[in-house]
Amino acid sequence: MIAELGLAALWLAAALAGLQLLAGVVGLRDSGARIAALVRPAAVVQALLCALAFGALLLLFIRTDLSVALVARNSHSAKPFIFKLAGTWGNHEGSMLLWVSVMALAGGLIGLLERRLPERTMIATLAAQAFVGLGFYAFLLFSSNPFERLAQPPAEGMGLNPLLQDIGLAMHPPTLYMGYVGLSVAFSFAVGALLTRQVTPDFAKVMRPWVLGAWIFLTLGITAGSYWAYYELGWGGWWFWDPVENASLMPWLAATALLHSASVLASRDALRAWTIMLGVIAFSMSMLGTFLVRSGILTSVHAFAVDPERGTFILALLALNVGGALLLFAMRANTISEGQRFSVLSREGALVVNNVALSAILGIVLLGTLYPLLTEAFDVKVSVGPPYFNPVGAIFFLPMLVVLAIGPLLRWRRDSFERIQSPVVAIAVVALAVLAGVYFIAGIALLPLLGLTLAAAVAVASFLPLRGRSLRRLPSPVWGMVVAHFGVAVALFGMASDTAFQQERLVAAEVGDTIEDGPWAITLVSVEPAAGPNWTALEATLAASYKGGTPSIIRPQARSFWTPPQETSEVALLTRWNGQLYAALGGEAEGDRWQLRLWWKPFVTWIWYGGVLIALGGLLALIGRLAGDLKRRNARAQIALRRETTA
Amino acid sequence: MTWFRWIMLGLAIGLFGLFAYQLSQPKDEFIHSAMIGETIPPFDLPPAVADRPGLSSADLADGQPKLLNVFASWCVPCAAEAPNLARLEAAGADIVAVAIRDRPEDVARFLATYGNPFTRIGKDDISAVQLSIGSSGVPETFVIDGDGVIRYQHMGDIRDEHVPVLLAELREAGE
Repeated sequence: MIAELGLAALWLAAALAGLQLLAGVVGLRDSGARIAALVRPAAVVQALLCALAFGALLLLFIRTDLSVALVARNSHSAKPFIFKLAGTWGNHEGSMLLWVSVMALAGGLIGLLERRLPERTMIATLAAQAFVGLGFYAFLLFSSNPFERLAQPPAEGMGLNPLLQDIGLAMHPPTLYMGYVGLSVAFSFAVGALLTRQVTPDFAKVMRPWVLGAWIFLTLGITAGSYWAYYELGWGGWWFWDPVENASLMPWLAATALLHSASVLASRDALRAWTIMLGVIAFSMSMLGTFLVRSGILTSVHAFAVDPERGTFILALLALNVGGALLLFAMRANTISEGQRFSVLSREGALVVNNVALSAILGIVLLGTLYPLLTEAFDVKVSVGPPYFNPVGAIFFLPMLVVLAIGPLLRWRRDSFERIQSPVVAIAVVALAVLAGVYFIAGIALLPLLGLTLAAAVAVASFLPLRGRSLRRLPSPVWGMVVAHFGVAVALFGMASDTAFQQERLVAAEVGDTIEDGPWAITLVSVEPAAGPNWTALEATLAASYKGGTPSIIRPQARSFWTPPQETSEVALLTRWNGQLYAALGGEAEGDRWQLRLWWKPFVTWIWYGGVLIALGGLLALIGRLAGDLKRRNARAQIALRRETTA
Repeated sequence: MTWFRWIMLGLAIGLFGLFAYQLSQPKDEFIHSAMIGETIPPFDLPPAVADRPGLSSADLADGQPKLLNVFASWCVPCAAEAPNLARLEAAGADIVAVAIRDRPEDVARFLATYGNPFTRIGKDDISAVQLSIGSSGVPETFVIDGDGVIRYQHMGDIRDEHVPVLLAELREAGE
């Protein structure tokens, strides 16, 4: 009964999305039409119905109702509660339902609360959202029905891949979906503004919290994904330029650019057409990412449940949404004036450089990711990796950091070099000192050398906007900027430091041997078997001593799972404030020797601290924006109230 | 700026076309070896078992085409392909082997159980030779011509349908 209820709610929600689209289109043609008044209620009811459908699926998973095909395929009655819950979205159908539900929820919130934009633009926005939504409803209902029943319920479910039974991975899909869906809202606002030719600072202010929210989730998702790959794969790397990683990086790059251009539009009424285009691009990149990982069109280390039929469906959605929006943009954009002018040396000028650099990096990543697909059409198989992405990306990334350091010091509209001379000189002195110091002491390769230099420069520069301002009265979006920019410096420092200074030892050691790795002396104490609920392992006990200090014990394992049979390397990490010792156990070598892979990675953890700081900066900005909106809303309400009482 | 907008649309349409084309193509999961036409790099491996000599690169350039099988006693698909190696041997193929990360007593037990079609078996404890000839796992089988040049690389176990393919490649390498 619950499954049928969920399915009915989903069909009704789809019908309401259809109504929302129809009412919106009619309402746009004839703005006096009464039917336009249906758009907002339709969005709200659609959200409630989707919540009901998702709740039904949650309940089915909690109860482990094995008569539902999806539950039987992905759950097991003996699974811990939290993973039963996570099983709801730990599969294709459930995760698409989550996507649609979050999207409907966002539409409902907009329909209920958002009153700042002209009503015509709101109707167009909600109609655009319904259009995007309808595609996903069709996808769910026609090719990925999560509520399908089995004629013969099995006695027990098939369970979830043991590697996915990890709290980090349980949270991974919802995190990324929040990001993707937030960008879909920005997309709808952009299309709505294009349809009504209403690109105003208010449009940017209304869109900005959604972009910020999406961006925070994407930042956290990428940071967590990078750390997971680092400790789970046992290869000691934190970014592999794998297509699936790139699929999450590209929307983030577009969203970062959008965030900055939206703040130019909100504060200065400039970059109108550009902001609209980024709104379209950001969600296009999310959809492209979804297409790439689910169609199996690219070979990736991430083995998703791949299905060409689904790939075709998502491609059709991609072509309809993105192609349609870009066509609209090409036809309409020349009717949108560019807005206020500004001089090159100004806050806007710096943000334009930032946007161009981010877009260029986006283009580079996109080209590198799709290039193998292009050459394959001509029967040439290539793989594109770090030798392309690192140096080519750096060409734009490093100059962008220079602008990141100086830009926040500039005033809006026009500024003079004399005014910012002293802080710029200070930043340059720090940069040169670090450059010279690192160069003469360490003599490392060019890219990490520039990375360390710019990390120091950005770290200092990120705090300079605080000069001469009252810290207590500083608006929280400015704090957000400071924290996020500082986070960039911290992450960059970690990346450059690990690249330049990591020390690797690969040895076949006997029990009792001591291996030197950088400042560490590591003794192999023993290798013994260990067992868990569904695996057995060889476990090495290592005593690691930092610069002759008291040894700490770490235990890397080589694990063998038997359902499904799979070998994994459970690395052991010893974290200090200034880096991590990373130990992986390989197989047994000749003569009772054990393969050990040891890395000393100075400051590697700062990469992820930096990522978290960047997200925290976004959160501060979001809180500031929402609080500001609330204050203005209350003020407006009070004025309205006063008017009524005086009248 | 107007042309730029139309270019964006054009690029997007081009990409959709590429995606649609690639989706309609049968997915070619086969990895084509980059080692075809390369000469085997010099190596000299000690014997992996007492009753067979070791293997060196010179043995692979003695004028006769050979099959080179990369295997290990701890590898389950290696046991599965043993009957087909025996068929290849019966068809007249000269098969030599490299045992990867293995111990002599384990190799001997493996060969006693599943048969020994090999004339030479080299012992490669750290996968040095395996990696140098472009093999990333076990089992793999190479067709080497009389000059020690790699002519064909088969990854994974040899199934029934692969036997004629390997024999044809071997015959071609001998011409």
